[in-house]
Amino acid sequence: MTEILDILISASFWAAVLRIASPLIFATMGELICERAGVLNLGIEGIMVIGAFAGWMTVYAGGGLWTGVAVAMLAGMAFGALHGLLTVPFGLSQHVVGLGITMLATSSAYYAYRLALPEVTNPPRIAPFQPLDIPGLSDLPWIGQALFSQTALTWAAFACVAVVTFVLFRTPLGLALRAAGENPHAVEAQGLSVGAIRMGAVIVGSGLMAVGGAFLTMSAFSSFFFEMVNGRGWICIALVVFGAWKPGKALLGALLFAGFDALQVRLQQTGMGQIVPYQVFLMIPYLLSILALVLMSRRAEVPAALMTPFNRGER
Amino acid sequence: MATQDPAQGDTVLRLSGITKRFGALTANDGISFALARGEVVALLGENGAGKTTLMNILFGHYTADEGSVEVFGQPLPPGQPGAALAAGVGMVHQHFTLADNMTVLENILLGTEPLWRPRLGRPAARRRVRALARDFGLAVRPDARVGTLSVGERQRVEILKALYRDARILILDEPTAVLTPQEAEALFLTLRKMVAQGLSVIFISHKLHEVMAIASRVLVLRHGRLVGETATATTTRHALATMMVGAEIAAPAAAKARPGNVLLRLEGVSTAPQGSRPGLRDVDLSLRAGQILGLAGVSGNGQGALADLLSGLETPVSGELRIAGKAPAAWSPREALAARIGRIPEDRHRTGTIADFSLTENAVLESYAHAPASRRGWMDWRAARRDAEAIIAKYDVRCPGPETRIRLLSGGNMQKLILGRVLEAAPRIILANQPVRGLDIGAVTYVQKQLIAARDGGAAVLLISEDLDEILTLSDVIRVISDGRLSLEFARGEKTPAELGQWMAGQGFDHAA
Repeated sequence: MTEILDILISASFWAAVLRIASPLIFATMGELICERAGVLNLGIEGIMVIGAFAGWMTVYAGGGLWTGVAVAMLAGMAFGALHGLLTVPFGLSQHVVGLGITMLATSSAYYAYRLALPEVTNPPRIAPFQPLDIPGLSDLPWIGQALFSQTALTWAAFACVAVVTFVLFRTPLGLALRAAGENPHAVEAQGLSVGAIRMGAVIVGSGLMAVGGAFLTMSAFSSFFFEMVNGRGWICIALVVFGAWKPGKALLGALLFAGFDALQVRLQQTGMGQIVPYQVFLMIPYLLSILALVLMSRRAEVPAALMTPFNRGER
Repeated sequence: MATQDPAQGDTVLRLSGITKRFGALTANDGISFALARGEVVALLGENGAGKTTLMNILFGHYTADEGSVEVFGQPLPPGQPGAALAAGVGMVHQHFTLADNMTVLENILLGTEPLWRPRLGRPAARRRVRALARDFGLAVRPDARVGTLSVGERQRVEILKALYRDARILILDEPTAVLTPQEAEALFLTLRKMVAQGLSVIFISHKLHEVMAIASRVLVLRHGRLVGETATATTTRHALATMMVGAEIAAPAAAKARPGNVLLRLEGVSTAPQGSRPGLRDVDLSLRAGQILGLAGVSGNGQGALADLLSGLETPVSGELRIAGKAPAAWSPREALAARIGRIPEDRHRTGTIADFSLTENAVLESYAHAPASRRGWMDWRAARRDAEAIIAKYDVRCPGPETRIRLLSGGNMQKLILGRVLEAAPRIILANQPVRGLDIGAVTYVQKQLIAARDGGAAVLLISEDLDEILTLSDVIRVISDGRLSLEFARGEKTPAELGQWMAGQGFDHAA
């Protein structure tokens, strides 16, 4: 137990929590926007892969870091547009389309990677985002290292939560978006286009997912390799449920999961790691997330029209 | 048929030659009429006559195949609710278009501000909603979540949505179908206030007394055509009814009952309450062959528990259920069917039918497990289809065919299929829970006649209804339910409606206990 305590008071643990949470926060916000508008976007995993690749490739090819983020976002939005086209005006099954998008985006990224770099065995590295030095705060003992040694993308992730919250709950656009996911007939009857709102939500949401993926290559690992997204998209789907479709609670969930993840890596290096197989540690965040999900989401209100296609003029 | 024109210049709305087809069905056939400033026009017709379709075209939910709409002299672009709203047309839909997870204010504000505005103007909107609510007598709390509101309150929100947008023409689609009589009275008061302020109202209904009470002019639709137009001052309910169904309607004849043996008996039965729904409390009840027992009561007083108990969905916590003198060893929906209890459920959309199943599939929902619908575990679809076709023919279910998805049928035709499904199984006990709610007169009369015929054929009928008139017309004996308790049994004519009303309000039970 003292080992856990040691980990929890180390500044590097808290820095790691914020770092691990960042891509989850972006992608969770993206998924939350889609679902609030009534579209389940299971393309998230693949869109994160394409974002990770597109962002990294841009920088590798000589582009700037922020250009890379923008390209990643555009790539995500393109796949989001495809998802939206199939699920919104065509009203196809959101499960099937989402899984299809995930496979398509993932394979496209791998294929493009192999085309661009046919010969490499060791993934090449780029110069990633560097931690921002915040005058006064970053130099504080412990706190500076724990909380204020993050890259600009991490700060952007937290800003993203604030923006999404504000737009969803304080603006006419957010009102229309939430209504589209709750009762699209209400949106239609008030003279707005359900289709346009849902399309927009899926496209923007997918863009955020891709930025989450780009965080992995451009801020966390600095190179692109296969399987790097490694189920983070699916975690984000669960985080949206965990957060009861509320951005603030979803952020909390992302931090909690990141905390478990950072903890298990460090536990592997303790005495316990000698005895217990490492796979058990890998399970910890998932097990605890399932537990938290069960406890937190029992009374959650699902957007009533989630996964229900809306067809105008249908009887 | 041409309709009389309101005085020129006073016309706020003009529909010309509206035709709309859904596949083989012509829902609206060349309908034209005009609406004047400050009048209430009722659109009367049976379910499936095309009233709602016509209004959905006017509001832009549907695009007409032919014809045009003019509002205040300007042609209305088809198929755009936004354009209709901008032109001053508001619609209160029968199935409310409200987002339950949002507040009243948010629902009203939805779509009224440019989407890219950075802030919702909540405080100003709240003041405006309060003022409108006061002016038109539409009491509702702006910051309440819609999901927590009663049906009547939700309807007031729908009306406020239209008023907030300065609607000059208000369409109300079957507004009273979901209201208590008191709420309906309040609605009429609101409508009169609107008319006094120069608004025009189109009131869709199939209830004659309401139409006579609120409208100045009535347009009658039948099978998609405008078949009549008259001023309420110069007509009678009877004349309207005849126009609506195209034939004289005879009220169900109530021949004297010849009660036989007790087929089902409850002895001191109690059931567990479920949420806000009370359970039964120490209920004794006997259903006799050849008798209709009418159960009167205000909704939510244990009718649901009793219906579920007889359907096999619930088991008694204490007390005993006896069928033909014997207590069944187990009690489930299947046992209830085996005991030949025919069930006409309260909610035909949710529990009576499966919306996306065909008529054939719905027709065999209760009989699929045995011959002729299935043999040795295999469905015999040909036999099932024959069953469905027989029901369609015998019970006059209007539909394109047995393979139609049942969701496309009107409520009356859906209920006829359920009725056919129940009666063709030759039930000994019939549980009819609100069998005619939301049906038009033609269908009401039909269903009631069939229930009387089943009684005369020796079935025991339990009729549950919130409509005291219906109970008084059909029942041989009457009991009242209040808070899970049953009153004594009254013979037909023994109590006046006012006396029954007191029992419904819960008075008298303490003496009986």
